Amino acid sequence: MEQLIAAILTMVAGVLVCAAYFWSSNLLLDWIFPCKGKFGAAASRNLRFANMVRPWLFLAPALLALAIYLVYPVIKSVLLSFNDRGGQDFVGLRNYLWMINDGEFRQSIFNNFLWLLVVPALSTFFGLIIAALTDRIWWGNIAKTLIFMPMAISFVGAAVIWKFIYDYRAAGSDQIGLLNALVVALGGEPQAWITLPFWNNFFLMVILIWIQTGFAMVILSAALRGIPEETIEAAVIDGANGWQIFFKIMVPQIWGTIAVVWTTITILVLKVFDIVLAMTNGQWQSQVLANLMFDWMFRGGGDFGRGAAIAVVIMILVVPIMIWNIRNATRETGGH
Amino acid sequence: MNPSRRSPLTWAVHLSVLLLVLLWTLPTAGLLISSLRDKDQLAVSGWWTALSSSSRNAVARAPSAESQVERDGKFVISGNLLDGRGEVSAFGFSSREPTKFEAGETAELNDGERLTVQADGSFEIVSDQRMEGSRGQRIFYTATTPPRFTLENYAEVLSAAGIGRSFLNSLTVAIPSTVIPILIAAFAAYALAWMPFPGRAILLAAVVGLLVVPLQMSLIPLLQLYNGVSAFFGVPAKTYMGIWLAHTGFGLPLAIYLLRNYMAGLPREIMESARVDGASDFEIFVKIILPLSFPALASFAIFQFLWTWNDLLVALVFLGAGNDELVLTGRLVNLLGSRGGNWEILTASAFITIVVPLIVFLALQRYLVRGLLAGSVKGG
Repeated sequence: MEQLIAAILTMVAGVLVCAAYFWSSNLLLDWIFPCKGKFGAAASRNLRFANMVRPWLFLAPALLALAIYLVYPVIKSVLLSFNDRGGQDFVGLRNYLWMINDGEFRQSIFNNFLWLLVVPALSTFFGLIIAALTDRIWWGNIAKTLIFMPMAISFVGAAVIWKFIYDYRAAGSDQIGLLNALVVALGGEPQAWITLPFWNNFFLMVILIWIQTGFAMVILSAALRGIPEETIEAAVIDGANGWQIFFKIMVPQIWGTIAVVWTTITILVLKVFDIVLAMTNGQWQSQVLANLMFDWMFRGGGDFGRGAAIAVVIMILVVPIMIWNIRNATRETGGH
Repeated sequence: MNPSRRSPLTWAVHLSVLLLVLLWTLPTAGLLISSLRDKDQLAVSGWWTALSSSSRNAVARAPSAESQVERDGKFVISGNLLDGRGEVSAFGFSSREPTKFEAGETAELNDGERLTVQADGSFEIVSDQRMEGSRGQRIFYTATTPPRFTLENYAEVLSAAGIGRSFLNSLTVAIPSTVIPILIAAFAAYALAWMPFPGRAILLAAVVGLLVVPLQMSLIPLLQLYNGVSAFFGVPAKTYMGIWLAHTGFGLPLAIYLLRNYMAGLPREIMESARVDGASDFEIFVKIILPLSFPALASFAIFQFLWTWNDLLVALVFLGAGNDELVLTGRLVNLLGSRGGNWEILTASAFITIVVPLIVFLALQRYLVRGLLAGSVKGG
């Protein structure tokens, strides 16, 4: 309890310090370059200087935090990936060579590509279908809230929820896991699902799809509503049926949004860690890059070189999406 | 669509949405129901049977011959198989036929003893001669227990499993990590939206780029940095301050991006008329922009709270995995390892970890949706 009070006090202090910084630095600037009470050239010169400096005062704390917590680490991680386990000695490409020959790493890359193929596609697909269906019924908003809800649940919490569904009891005893109970009811043999190599990847992916479909649904639902009525009316007049309207008129108009949803989920998939750690910790051939990286950070006292090299691989996979995002955003704000 | 037209297609839509909603809610419902069940019932029957009586097969051993009493010239050993809950439907005395007799019947044991088990679980072994042997008779029985719901599981995890402590830790991490970035990001967002200066476009592009930098890139260098700072100043490396700042740094790109987009959409006339009245940038920001940006601030605050509360990776790396500093997600992972079979512990703990974000989500869903729509980089 004391730590919570201490935390809140620190937070209040932190906010006050921030406010004090912005207020006093601004005051200082006005004092050094006064423009009230001066005339002509002096005033306009001061005003120009102040306007040149002020944005940087506003930006300084944010830029500092971004530099320390994101920019510097990215550069440093790249450098570390060429160093040995302690991060002291340069070893050239040895970490990358190790990686190519390491069975576990290749397994992780393979699994990551499986995840990349399946999760964004299915989440977007379900999201789109649900968005389209819920728009047509009176209780659509309630349905949307319920499907959106897993978004608030942590990956670890979701892992527990689904581990319970995949729970396995020996054949013959009552199954308390929903999936095995269904399988038994249909006359099948119960399975320890998350220990089946290769297929267990898909059982883990279900969890992320379950969480992310709500996100896709919300964004795509807004996009569907943004489609101009006239295009649909014109199609109706031309005698198009429901399927044609959906796939030939509506979907093509929201390709941009679908791409955004797809890439956002793709980036999340590349970073997936908690689910694998909680469900299998990479056993039974379900390892993925982010969990492997975490593993190497601490395994045997930690191998920073190999850990950083794995992180760089994740980063390289993200870069194309990053460039695409930047281009889109620049084009959009170009006018402003 | 015309609601009065009940075509088969409309029914199909209703049905498929209902099916999808069930698919998406049943997992969580199962967890909640299970966490409220009696732990013995939870272990042997699925949560979907929670409302029906559960029957379980069990075996008990009657007291040994020492506890026999003489009554009316006969020797009797008595006891009760159940602890007051449920009833016995069938019993037997050999593992080959564990349910041979119905409750109330009398079974002839091999050596002239007679075993009677009543529905309430009480049993009697009656013999004409003094019974011998140091081991008691084994009794197989099938007991039916009525459904029972209880908060015992929650009481147990809150006190014994360390969940209570972790709950406080999670709050300690999440609240400052949510509030601190907002102020920093708001000033930066205002500068990026409304103050012209050279390099603004590049900075904005950089923020968009940083949005997707994987957290994994930051972990090792920051761990080294924290260790270095701690060695230099002689302070611990894993502190709450460290994790607040880390969450602040990681949350800033989204905060700046969201707030800038929102602020850039505010009408220019408001700012210009204020400027004509002699207001400075600082005054405009504090008195006009900040209050007007409340929806965007709320959106980001919800995002950041959900993210910091649900985070596992940052907490494990920068706060550690010690018993005192584990946050809820970390504790849950530990329990999955150490108490993997105890579903009464796991379900109750899991529900405690997800209940706070669920409340936040349900109460503030509107702002969350708005933030999502503004936060995903718009395409095409």
